[in-house]
Amino acid sequence: MPHTPERLRRVVIDPGGPLLVEGPVKVALGDGSIATSRRFMVAICTCRRSRTYPWCDTSHRRRTKRDRELP
Amino acid sequence: MTVTGPPLPSARGELSAAVLSALLGGRPHAVSVDGRDPYGDDLQLALYLLYELHYQGFAGVPEEREWDVGLLALRRPLERRFLQALRADVPPLSDAEQALGDLLVEPVGHDGTSVSHHLERDGELWQLREYAAVRSLYHLKEADPHAWVIPRLRGRAKAAMVAVEFDEFGAGRAEEIHAQLFADLMRDLGLETAYGHYLEAAPAEALATVNLMSLFGLHRALRGALVGHFATVEVTSSPASRRLASALRRLGAGAAAQRFYDEHVEADAVHEQVVRHEVVGGLLDDEPRLEPDIVFGVHATGLLEDRLGAHLLKAWRQQRSALRVPLS
Ligand code: FES
Ligand SMILES: [Fe+2]
Ligand SMILES: [Fe+2]
Repeated sequence: MPHTPERLRRVVIDPGGPLLVEGPVKVALGDGSIATSRRFMVAICTCRRSRTYPWCDTSHRRRTKRDRELP
Repeated sequence: MTVTGPPLPSARGELSAAVLSALLGGRPHAVSVDGRDPYGDDLQLALYLLYELHYQGFAGVPEEREWDVGLLALRRPLERRFLQALRADVPPLSDAEQALGDLLVEPVGHDGTSVSHHLERDGELWQLREYAAVRSLYHLKEADPHAWVIPRLRGRAKAAMVAVEFDEFGAGRAEEIHAQLFADLMRDLGLETAYGHYLEAAPAEALATVNLMSLFGLHRALRGALVGHFATVEVTSSPASRRLASALRRLGAGAAAQRFYDEHVEADAVHEQVVRHEVVGGLLDDEPRLEPDIVFGVHATGLLEDRLGAHLLKAWRQQRSALRVPLS
């Protein structure tokens, strides 16, 4: 996706969810490793619960008790 | 002329028999839809056959017949009956944020009404294969019906919709097209990967989920419903894909089979955000009067997905095939 130098990259914070960053991105994980994604938009996990960290896998979602069984 | 393409399936009643005969060159003659089950095999197959002319058609049916006025006239009463039933059967709500918000909540434990919950915990390999066969009707043309909405959108909604579709279509790489990833999954499960192969086997409940997208995609007047439908698919996909990926792992499916659902865990966590905020949000800013239609699209999708889920689980719990033609 083209990015002109004058165009600022937008980062969107989903309160209670991920940080949305325009891709492609490299994420330095702090332990020396680097994760990369070439997607047009990337959702970076902020809740730390993702099983595909650093990418959001929707584990941040609210959970409800709801017992649903088939009749 | 089309000589290639999937073979025409067999009729499931008078309506589908009339469509089949018209496709084979007979004079189109309308059969009344009064009193027919709008979700039943006969009406759903009749509609499916007519919609399929806008995708890849059928072997032996000339391509030009996509716009045959006789066939279009057959289609109109079928889709009216389907649409009226959907409108009558969904809750009369019109708050888009709430409709999508309700989908963002995950159950704490096991959901006994959910196919992906069932497959993850208790599913057997033959059920997973049936699931893939049933879903192939859509996944082998994944994101195609949604592309029809693009010229009906403007500004933010359009830009975001195209960005998500770009991802669905492999971001410029043919081998990454999601429909191709699904074909790879099918091959891993020992299924036939030819487009339309499982139409004969698919139950009415599965046809209805695909007819819904074609209906919303082909009608500009239903662009709001298409967007609501697409948002529902994207919002519900990521957690369900995680469960399906874990079912595939547990049952020892190959790497290509896992790849499809792994990709959807990550991709749809992004798509969900972009569709809710930019496509739905953009369309609401541009055309606020479409809000009730967006909500209708959300609930109609939920209704038909629930019907399909109930059908699959009922058959599987009785240890029998959910397909009309069991897999070999
Ligand atoms: S923010 Fe989505 S999984 Fe952590
Ligand atoms: Fe996809
Ligand atoms: Fe997606």
